[in-house]
Amino acid sequence: MSPILEFDDVVKSFGRGLTEVRALRGVTLHVADSEFVAVMGPSGCGKSTMLHLAGALESPSAGSVRVGGRELAGLGAAARSQLRRNDVGYVFQRLNLIPSLSAIENVMLPLELAGGSHRNARALAIEALEQVGLDQRLDRYPDDFSGGQQQRIAIARAIVGDRRLLLADEPTGSLDTASADEVIEILAALPQDRGTAVVLVTHEPRFASWADRVVFLRDGRVVDETTSTAGSTVGSPVAGANR
Amino acid sequence: MSVREGLLALLSERPRNGHQLKTEFESATGLVWPLNVGQVYTTLERLERDGLVTRSNPADDAGAQKQYALTPAGREELAAWWSLVPADDPPPRDELMLKVLFAIGQGSEHALTVITSHRTALSSLLQQRRREQRGMQPDPDLATQMVHDALVVRAEADLRWLDLCEARLAGRKGNTT
Repeated sequence: MSPILEFDDVVKSFGRGLTEVRALRGVTLHVADSEFVAVMGPSGCGKSTMLHLAGALESPSAGSVRVGGRELAGLGAAARSQLRRNDVGYVFQRLNLIPSLSAIENVMLPLELAGGSHRNARALAIEALEQVGLDQRLDRYPDDFSGGQQQRIAIARAIVGDRRLLLADEPTGSLDTASADEVIEILAALPQDRGTAVVLVTHEPRFASWADRVVFLRDGRVVDETTSTAGSTVGSPVAGANR
Repeated sequence: MSVREGLLALLSERPRNGHQLKTEFESATGLVWPLNVGQVYTTLERLERDGLVTRSNPADDAGAQKQYALTPAGREELAAWWSLVPADDPPPRDELMLKVLFAIGQGSEHALTVITSHRTALSSLLQQRRREQRGMQPDPDLATQMVHDALVVRAEADLRWLDLCEARLAGRKGNTT
């Protein structure tokens, strides 16, 4: 599988001189097509900064970030916007739906902004909403849906069309346990169902456990990661520690 | 818990023979505790010796297997077990906890290395459990499901504890610099 997302020795600093904060200190991480990777680590370890760089919301101070083989550092503002509309979907903790648009209009929005026809956008939006388990009441407004359903609409909006990479930043943070489980199950199905690669930032081990690979960050560095091979931990030295 | 309490619990429902007890014990424990039938009969002999079960041949069938039934004393013993709350007092000698405590004695950096490697392995273990869960039949039996849940939440608890250890170590480092 070719990598859809590549971080090579990425450094990201904020501020200068005495106030400089290094959020990332030489991160290298490759995410393959159709791979589900969870990123974990304590607050301030650089998890969200990684997603901002992957989504071209920020630029690295040093190193290389590539999406689908394209170097993001060289992209102008228009190309970055196009990347976010066409290739990379984002889901946040906050349910960022537009309240004055119906569920289906929210999902159609990125396609229409990209110049797609209304009819085609509607068909693709219905398909994306079906993927997240919503096929009814699509003309209702976000407030008519529960928090979990709103997050599912937000995921549909993030995957609609032909996007190959979904970035999810604590998408369960504002949800109850049952809704959070449903959202993670939907994310976990995307690589197999649509070939979408998913990068999930979370501090919950139970959600990270759905991923093919879990990467641990501390102080802006990748300190370890699990392997993506199923069953690799049988006979692990700490298996006995789990009582 | 020992095999003894498990057999008493099964016999409180109705009399059973040794083979039935073996099969039902394994089923009730979600197949995580395999028994050999010799263990079952040894335990039944002790229970009979202590007056907690009685042994009998089924009526009109001399060739049938011996049936075991609970006595009133057996019911009392079982009732006492149901009401006994397991207590971790003094704290259990948890392998993970002790390892991290000793690692701290070798310095924060070493402790963080130990925490990281154990967290990675536990996360892998949790991933494996999740894969097993996803591979389960659509409607697995309740015992299997509950055993699986227990393994998952224990791994989560250990991971949370490692996170707390890391946060405490980071706080310590911050205070001393």
